[in-house]
Amino acid sequence: MLVLNNVEVVYDHVILVLKGMSLVVPEGKVVALLGSNGAGKTTTLKAISGLLKSENGEFTDGYIEFYGERISGMEAETIVRKGIFQVMEGRRVFEHLTVEENLIAGAYTRRDRPNIRKDIDGVYEYFPRLRQLKSRTAGYLSGGEQQMLAIGRALMARPKLMLLDEPSLGLAPLLVREIFRIIKQINEDQGTTILVVEQNANIALSIADYGYIMENGRIVLDGEVDKLIDNEDVREFYLGMGDLGTRKSYRDVKHYKRRKRWLS
Amino acid sequence: MDFFLQLVITGLVVGSVYALVALGFVLIYKSSDVINFAQGEFLLVGAYIALTMVMLYNVPFLAAVALTLGFCVLLGLLVERLVLRPFIGEPVISVIMATIGLSLLMRGLVQMIWGTDTRTFPGIFSDTPIRMGELVVSSVYLWSLALAILLLVVFNLFFKYSSTGIVMRAAADDQMAALSMGISVKRIVAITWAIAAVVAAVGGILLGNINGINPTLAYIGLLVLPVVILGGLDSIPGAIVGGFTIGLLEALAGGYLDPIFGGGVKEVAPFVVLVIVLMIRPYGLFGKEIIERV
Repeated sequence: MLVLNNVEVVYDHVILVLKGMSLVVPEGKVVALLGSNGAGKTTTLKAISGLLKSENGEFTDGYIEFYGERISGMEAETIVRKGIFQVMEGRRVFEHLTVEENLIAGAYTRRDRPNIRKDIDGVYEYFPRLRQLKSRTAGYLSGGEQQMLAIGRALMARPKLMLLDEPSLGLAPLLVREIFRIIKQINEDQGTTILVVEQNANIALSIADYGYIMENGRIVLDGEVDKLIDNEDVREFYLGMGDLGTRKSYRDVKHYKRRKRWLS
Repeated sequence: MDFFLQLVITGLVVGSVYALVALGFVLIYKSSDVINFAQGEFLLVGAYIALTMVMLYNVPFLAAVALTLGFCVLLGLLVERLVLRPFIGEPVISVIMATIGLSLLMRGLVQMIWGTDTRTFPGIFSDTPIRMGELVVSSVYLWSLALAILLLVVFNLFFKYSSTGIVMRAAADDQMAALSMGISVKRIVAITWAIAAVVAAVGGILLGNINGINPTLAYIGLLVLPVVILGGLDSIPGAIVGGFTIGLLEALAGGYLDPIFGGGVKEVAPFVVLVIVLMIRPYGLFGKEIIERV
């Protein structure tokens, strides 16, 4: 469905952020993209959704295809119309609009006006909390409610592929689990393909079919989720487990860090 | 008492025109953070075009108004395309400077084409004033007030309920997020400028009917600055309330205080109130507070 091939992205003509990034998202699946801070995860999403231009980023190599059509370099609005919708990091709800107005704004690219009402109700089915809050100003919602709104707003566009940028950011663990449960449910009910970027590897891998791990602007490891979870390095660096599945003591971590710094 | 009511009516009429011009101001500020110093010139151009059509080509008044508004939509779109689009991604201050340049350019062109004499619209509204009990009000005033209020109501409904209106507010809130949802921010900004030009032109036509037109009318663009700051730079209801408040203040100060101080209070009064309001409410009366969740 979505193919990134050897994509290179440069910010401000100088800073090379993606250095030959390749990734495949199969239709109907949930794919997790993991990696540490500054690995280029968000840039990858922005490259797909066409939001790079507004941040002075540009492609220098490679291409992105959606259903076999090249979308790299297209305007963001065109890409949304083709069915790719990005839920940006930090939720970014329209603070001064009400919850319902946020949802209406999400359906901007839709041409079938009469169905919009029905879809708003559909969003309220997934997030009953939002129905109670529908005439509230979105800026005053809690972080979790805003995240629900951001995902609901994305649903309003009926995307084929949803890009989620750190949906767990700043949320309580219980809420994170709830949100990911709903993401999985959306994937199953509506067949929406999902590419989710996360720092919280545990929760992302719990709903994903396939995982990619990024470091320094390229993919360093990928595979079916079951295989990734069994991988030594993934357990060590991303799931925080030692050899025997026990949690590492902080002392070991410090020791390890010291050694790594000395090496470089 | 009569004198007072007379002043109130004058104030409301002038205030309604302020509110219209301020509305354009606020829209542009909301959608792009730009303070449009050419707003007064939009008003000027609108007024002169309507005048020319009525005087030179004998177009019926209402048709002339409709044509003028159509022209102003084009003007707004053109300005967005030629003046603003090249500034995408540049600092806001550059854009503001560009609007100052635009205002000088437009004022110069208007003076070249129409000269600097004051001109008046032919009597479109009946000369016989309307009596309301003791009160005598010229019908131009009432028409202006009614028309301005109608427009303000229409725009308010537009922003509240139409999907384009909602999307315009959304883009004003967070451009990047709007972009990510396939909302064409360029198109939104273009629509904004078109609306701003239209409301300014209506204001110009109304004022032209009341006082006649000459190029100094453009200074109303600056007079509106205290209106929008009073109401809150980014609030549509604020622009409306601010417009009427400043209009009333000017009229009352002009009527009661000017004779005592020998003139000049009328021009200063709005600013005095402005400073006091801003001391108490730095966002303006209705300005949107920056929402911070704790």
